[in-house]
Amino acid sequence: MTLDPGLYNYWIVILLMMTGLYTVISRGNLVKKVIGLNVFQVSVIMFYVSMGKVEGGMAPILVEEAEAVYSNPLPSVLMLTAIVVGVATTAVALALAVRIHEAYGTLEEDEILEKEYGAAGPGAADGPVDDHEPG
Amino acid sequence: MSVWLEALSWLSMLAGSLVLLVTGLGVLTLPEYYSRLHATSITDTLGAALVLFGLAVQAGWSLATAKLVMVMLFLMITGPAASHALVKTAALHDLSLPPRRRQEDGDAGAD
Amino acid sequence: MLALIDVVLLAFLAVTAVAIVRLRDLFAAVMVTGIFSLLSAGLFTVMDAVDVAFTEASVGAGISTILMLATLAVTQDVEKKRWRRRFSPLALGVVVVTGAALVYGTFDMPRYGDPDAPIHHYLAPHFLEHTPDDINEHIPNVVTAVLASYRGYDTFGETTVIFTAAVMVLMLLGGAATIDRRRPGGGRMGANVVLRASAKPLVPLILLFGLYVQFHGDFGPGGGFQAGVIFAAGLVLYALVYGPDRAQAIFTGRRLEALVALGVLIYGGAGVAGIVLGGEFLDYDLLAADPQDGQHRGIFLVELGVGITVAAVMTTLFLLFTGRGQPAPWEDRVGESEGTP
Repeated sequence: MTLDPGLYNYWIVILLMMTGLYTVISRGNLVKKVIGLNVFQVSVIMFYVSMGKVEGGMAPILVEEAEAVYSNPLPSVLMLTAIVVGVATTAVALALAVRIHEAYGTLEEDEILEKEYGAAGPGAADGPVDDHEPG
Repeated sequence: MSVWLEALSWLSMLAGSLVLLVTGLGVLTLPEYYSRLHATSITDTLGAALVLFGLAVQAGWSLATAKLVMVMLFLMITGPAASHALVKTAALHDLSLPPRRRQEDGDAGAD
Repeated sequence: MLALIDVVLLAFLAVTAVAIVRLRDLFAAVMVTGIFSLLSAGLFTVMDAVDVAFTEASVGAGISTILMLATLAVTQDVEKKRWRRRFSPLALGVVVVTGAALVYGTFDMPRYGDPDAPIHHYLAPHFLEHTPDDINEHIPNVVTAVLASYRGYDTFGETTVIFTAAVMVLMLLGGAATIDRRRPGGGRMGANVVLRASAKPLVPLILLFGLYVQFHGDFGPGGGFQAGVIFAAGLVLYALVYGPDRAQAIFTGRRLEALVALGVLIYGGAGVAGIVLGGEFLDYDLLAADPQDGQHRGIFLVELGVGITVAAVMTTLFLLFTGRGQPAPWEDRVGESEGTP
């Protein structure tokens, strides 16, 4: 029984992307948002790499025989860059989260907004509640 | 490659997969932290070692076998060390051990 | 058979992603993210992208997980497990509509594995055929050849991005002074005999493996990024078991900062050498008498630069994150029972 994945790959990848996006939008904890962003990044990378696969091919490392079929090296190269840039942005995001925690004492988005703007929320006429002294 | 070697490698890989499946079941169904650690600490390493051994037999005497053996040795060192770290951390955090069962009358039980 | 593995792994990935969304405990969510990265590394291997798989396994399941755990440890958010689950119908609606639009878009795409897809027609056959002639017939790994030579300028930009990230985190979390401020005995698990005994033989082997991956990138999966991350992982293991103060005996904050810049300098230097010798930026043909030797030398230099920068950056990030927090309550008790090594 041969199983033809067809477009199944891309649909699962879209599911993963949307799960990551949902985590970023709807969860209030900063670290959870960063995790969701990570999931989103990995799924985008998987999308590109899926496009590079050739049926019956092998990894793009040249071998001796003349008629070998290789998978496409180009998406691999681009996605290598993407992964490393992804971890760089994750590191910066987490460093910002650490500093926010030191300033506000919490990583929850709604608690931070409350401390910053009071109970009225960001639309209040008075602006930020306290004048941040360091520490 | 001879039928016996092929059979050995398949048997080893299937046994390893079964062991890992049982490990997963144990982690899911056992009630508390320390018993779940019992489920994973030995069987995790054993299952992985069996699967790797089966693959090494399939690869014959080649560079791939040498790499697989090295991976197996690495897993055998780090697997138990990781389990030990987990238990030690739990103990240091005073994660409670399950309460000792009171001894039944006339029962020469081990508890 | 490969298709079956592909389908099963993707199903696992979908389940893992949904679990990540629903988990409230942040520590558990970070661990499941590590599992997610590892599964996707397996999937990349099935899709013949072995370099990407290697990088995802080391970077995603390794460094990302460590940084997130370090963040959780510093912010002590492990105890505060609660966060209100807000079921937001607007977010769900947005996500469903976007997903449906994307699925509608995939109906125009060629099916998975189709050898006649347009992506396989233009540059890819050119790279596969001409690498032995343009670059060097002794570099069979086409991905390394394309990454370091054909698309070397992109990789230079990427190295600069990692450098910038290190600079930003240094500005945010305190700089070399924070790393060099030695915390006496803090964070040390080395009093534990089992961990010390198992980490001690492993650290030099990990560093050696990192060097192997660096120089073997021409012939198999590997190269600067993976090697840098593996090397940093070895240093991180040493710092975790013996304490960051002992790990900084050689790799002090200032030296790490210098190494971060040195890698980018080597890469840029290889490029400028091309200009100085009369050609274009990153023209490796002129670096030796024979253009093929020149290409080999150029690729070696740039991969070395990338490896140095990545290793220094990852180690710096780890030391900055862990240097920021207060020592955890159990760390004072670890030193009590057994003697110092």
